[in-house]
Amino acid sequence: MIQRLLIFLTLLLTAAIFARLALNYTEHTQLSKLATHYAGQGPAELGAPNLVTAVVVTYRGLDTLGEVTVLFISAAGVGLMLRRRQQVSVEAEDKKPASEIVVTAAQLLLPMVFLFGVYVFVNGHLSPGGGFQGGAIIAAGSLLLLLALPGAELRQRLIAVTESLSGFSYVVVGLLGVILAGGFLDNRIMSLGTYGTLFSAGAIPIIYTLVGLKVGAELSAVLGRFRDTGDQ
Amino acid sequence: MTGLPLSLFALTTGLALILIGLFGMLTQKHIIRMIIGFSLMDTGVHLVMVAIGYVTGGTAPIINDAVPAADAVARVVDPVPSALVLTAIVIGLGVTAVMLAFAIRIYQAKKTLNIDACSESKW
Repeated sequence: MIQRLLIFLTLLLTAAIFARLALNYTEHTQLSKLATHYAGQGPAELGAPNLVTAVVVTYRGLDTLGEVTVLFISAAGVGLMLRRRQQVSVEAEDKKPASEIVVTAAQLLLPMVFLFGVYVFVNGHLSPGGGFQGGAIIAAGSLLLLLALPGAELRQRLIAVTESLSGFSYVVVGLLGVILAGGFLDNRIMSLGTYGTLFSAGAIPIIYTLVGLKVGAELSAVLGRFRDTGDQ
Repeated sequence: MTGLPLSLFALTTGLALILIGLFGMLTQKHIIRMIIGFSLMDTGVHLVMVAIGYVTGGTAPIINDAVPAADAVARVVDPVPSALVLTAIVIGLGVTAVMLAFAIRIYQAKKTLNIDACSESKW
C-alpha cells in the first residue's frame, strides 16, 4: 500500500515538473549562437551539406568515438553474459524451419538490404543517414537472415575482425587529424573536394563508413548472441 | 501564425511518454515489461530533445539547392539536438541490449521473469 502511494506521489511530482515545462515552453524563433556558427560556417569549413553529420563526425567527433566505445562495451557485456554453451549447435538443428515465403524473400532481399545499408552510410554527409543508421540497416539484414534460416551460423570471426579493424582505423584517422590538420578527428586531412559530391567533405565519408561497418558488425554479433542462447 | 506552436505537440507527447514509461517501470513485476517501460521513456526523452531543437518554420539542416548556404542560418532547425538524439538512440539501444541479456540470465537462474524472485538484494 505504501509502495503504491509512493509510486503515485513520484509520478504526480514528475508530472507537475513536466506541466510547468510544457506550459512555459516557447518555440525558438532563431538559432542559438552555437547553431548559428555551425549553420553559417559549417558548409564552408567542413564541406558537408548535412549539418547533423558535420556535428556528429567532426565538431563533436570525440563524443561519437565515446559513443562507439559505449556500444562496443555493451556488445562485449552481452557477449560475456550470454556465453555460448557447447550443446547449442546441436539444439539449433531441431529448430523449426521458417516458411518457404520467408526463406525465398530473405534470399531475394538480403543483398539489397545490405547494399541499402552501405548506401545510407556512404551518403551520410550528403543526405539524411550516416554510419549508425546504415549499421542498423545492416544489422536488420542479419536479423532477417537469422529469422529465415534458424540454423545459419553468423561468421563470428569475420564479424570480430571487421569490428576491430574499423574501430582501430577510426582512431588512426582521428590521430592523423592531429598530425595533418587542426586536431583530433579533424576531417580536413584530405582535400574537401567539390561541395555536394560523394567524394567530398574530407575524411567524413571514411569515418562514417568505418562507423557503419563497426555498428553493423556489433549489432549483428549481439543479435547472434541472443539467438544462440535460445530456450535452454 | 496563431495557435499553439507545432513543437509543443511533440514536447507534450514526449513528456507523456516519459511518464508512461516511468509508470510502467515502477508498477510492473514482469522484467520484459519493465524493459518496455524503459524504452518508452527513452523514446520520450528523444522526442523532447528534438522538439526543443525546433525553430519556427525551420527545415532539415541539410545545405543544398533547396536551402542555399546564404540563408541557411534563417531557415534550418538546430542541428545540435538532432546530433545528440542520434547519440542517445544508440546508447539507449546498447543499454536495452544489456538489460535483455540480464533478463535472459535471470530467467536461466530463476526460471521466471518475475522481479519478486530476485529478493536477495532487496532492503
